[in-house]
Amino acid sequence: MSGLLVDDVSMTFELPAGGQVEALKNIKLDIKEGELISVLGPSGCGKTTLLNILAGFLAPTGGEIELNGDKVVGPSSERGMVFQQGALFEWMNVSKNIGFGPKMKGTPQSEIDARVTELLGIVGLQEFGQKMIYELSGGMQQRVALARCLANDPDVILMDEPLGALDALTREKMQSLVLDIWKKTGKTIILITHSVEEALLLGERLIVMAPRPGRIHKQYYLPFAELGVGADLREVKQHDDFGPKRDEILNMIWDMEEEIMGRTETA
Amino acid sequence: MAQELIDVLVTTFWMVLGIAGIFIIFLGVSGLVYLVWNFLNSKKDQMRGYGSLKTVTFGDESSVTANRVASVSGVVTVFLIWMVATGSSLLPFNVLPVPFVGDTQFEYTATNAAGDTDKATVKVRVNRFGDTTAEKLVAPETSDGFAKDDVVMVQERRAKLLRAQNNDDGGKEKGYRVTAIDGQAIDRNQTVEIANGTVLMTGAGSLQVRPYTGPTMEALYLPPPEQVWTRFLQLNAEGYQGVGLWENVMWSLIRVVLGFFLGCLFGIPLGFAMGLNSWLRGWFDPIVEFMRPVPPLALIPLVIIWFGIGEQGKVSLLFLAALWIMIIGARAGVSGVNISKVHAAYSLGATKPQLLSRVILPNSLPEIFTAARVAMGVCWGTVVAAELVAAEKGAGKMIIAASKFQLTDIVIIGIIIIGVIGFGIDVLMRIAENKLVPWKGRG
Repeated sequence: MSGLLVDDVSMTFELPAGGQVEALKNIKLDIKEGELISVLGPSGCGKTTLLNILAGFLAPTGGEIELNGDKVVGPSSERGMVFQQGALFEWMNVSKNIGFGPKMKGTPQSEIDARVTELLGIVGLQEFGQKMIYELSGGMQQRVALARCLANDPDVILMDEPLGALDALTREKMQSLVLDIWKKTGKTIILITHSVEEALLLGERLIVMAPRPGRIHKQYYLPFAELGVGADLREVKQHDDFGPKRDEILNMIWDMEEEIMGRTETA
Repeated sequence: MAQELIDVLVTTFWMVLGIAGIFIIFLGVSGLVYLVWNFLNSKKDQMRGYGSLKTVTFGDESSVTANRVASVSGVVTVFLIWMVATGSSLLPFNVLPVPFVGDTQFEYTATNAAGDTDKATVKVRVNRFGDTTAEKLVAPETSDGFAKDDVVMVQERRAKLLRAQNNDDGGKEKGYRVTAIDGQAIDRNQTVEIANGTVLMTGAGSLQVRPYTGPTMEALYLPPPEQVWTRFLQLNAEGYQGVGLWENVMWSLIRVVLGFFLGCLFGIPLGFAMGLNSWLRGWFDPIVEFMRPVPPLALIPLVIIWFGIGEQGKVSLLFLAALWIMIIGARAGVSGVNISKVHAAYSLGATKPQLLSRVILPNSLPEIFTAARVAMGVCWGTVVAAELVAAEKGAGKMIIAASKFQLTDIVIIGIIIIGVIGFGIDVLMRIAENKLVPWKGRG
């Protein structure tokens, strides 16, 4: 079977001061190949923990992850990851960063060069191959991070708030780029975000998580990602369903946040 | 104990006054030069760069840069103060009065046992320091009265005892004494002024003749720049105690480079091991944390006991000086790796050895360079100190040997060279750092 299966994953750990934290409880997800999934939730709902388990950086205390039928036991190049920032290698130029994955596998240099050139084109950095990372703006750096991840041709791309540190204009351009890449490559993409709008725009399926214990609260199947491919995202936001959906989810998350705040006040 | 402490505090108080005095002079010159520079600059049309448009500069560190004119004038002022204080011949005129050299004389009045008085002249010839060729004064043969003329030969800045009554008629009799100098009454333990000097009558009734010394410093304590330069040329050509000047310096440098290299060779892998493995960190942590605060200088006696004063001891000492610094630098470098870089590398398919060589090593280079700069500085300081204690060659050995013969000029040359080389090492390290880790601080 192909696709990513999250099979009843739980994550419970002990605090050094004593007591237990249920970061995730009984998460079940069946993700089909080529799906674009956005994960949304208030802080502390375990969405980053879930992503780290999917990437193989953390081992769950219950359940397991399967990718194409194989159990996930650690990080691997079939599950690429795009981080918020600071994950690029400053001592390499843009091309070397993008070619890092193939190089680690011992791919011939000529193939790496061809792949890097192609990817520079896809993310719109044709002229910047020889630049050093610290010479690029934040948006350009995230383009490099995307390209670096794509260079390995992973089955799944995991994104941990990749656009969180960008300004609003750059962010919008990057959202279009993510949609383009999704459509062009047909990759499975799982994206974590804080922004409700971003989750609506970049999720064929939107998963809302709730905290304490971290769990899946609600799932939506949305048309906006498909509509947004190659289109102006500002027009997508004018769609009749967009506003009501945004308000509904915002209220949902707002309620969860208030619940947490209330609990801490009475505690 | 309490008395000693009070003495120390009193001495310290006087030192504070002295230091404050020097600072005030130095700052005063600085202020004067600043006024002149400002006056000259105000006549020119200034470029209006972005920085010059800032109204808030006090507190804005980025708008404070070292003024090059001030740097140069500061160094020139130090040299000028040096020249003035030593009465250097490089100055066109003497700013401070110089010590008296030449001939002077005074007259003393003696009273003999019978109560009669008589006068005689003492001729004083003051030679330049170290001048052995000066013509000797000859005492005159004839003199009327019972007091006879005397002559005194004395060196610049030195004093000479004269028992004036020795050659006088009846001078050895009880009751014969000197009562006045140049008409000024004098008694035991009193001092009177004469032309170009002073005369002190000692407790035993002798006259201590001291020519005028003036406020300038004696070459024994601080030689003037030209003397240091001459000595430098001589050292450059002949060396000192059979070892060339640059040979001494080279040996110090060779020791530093060897010790530093060994420190890096063992320290960097150890630091990496401590940053990557809990067991090894636990294993080495107590040793490193204990040895780090021990000043390398405190190890010199042990190293001499173990290895003697040869090269092995020096290199081991410098190895120990560099080792802990490099271990801690490399360890800090590993712990400074952003975890998302490590995660990224693994999910891009890197193996552990690849992660170490492609991510952790380059990522920790800035920290390692910082540690290397510190280690080089410490090594340079330690090698000089170790050579001061015991060595056959080296910059430190040269100055300690010279100090034993009061060759202050060689000591000063040594200090200047040690300082210049220490500075040069740091500049080279900074250049290397900029070339090799251009991404430092821009991650």
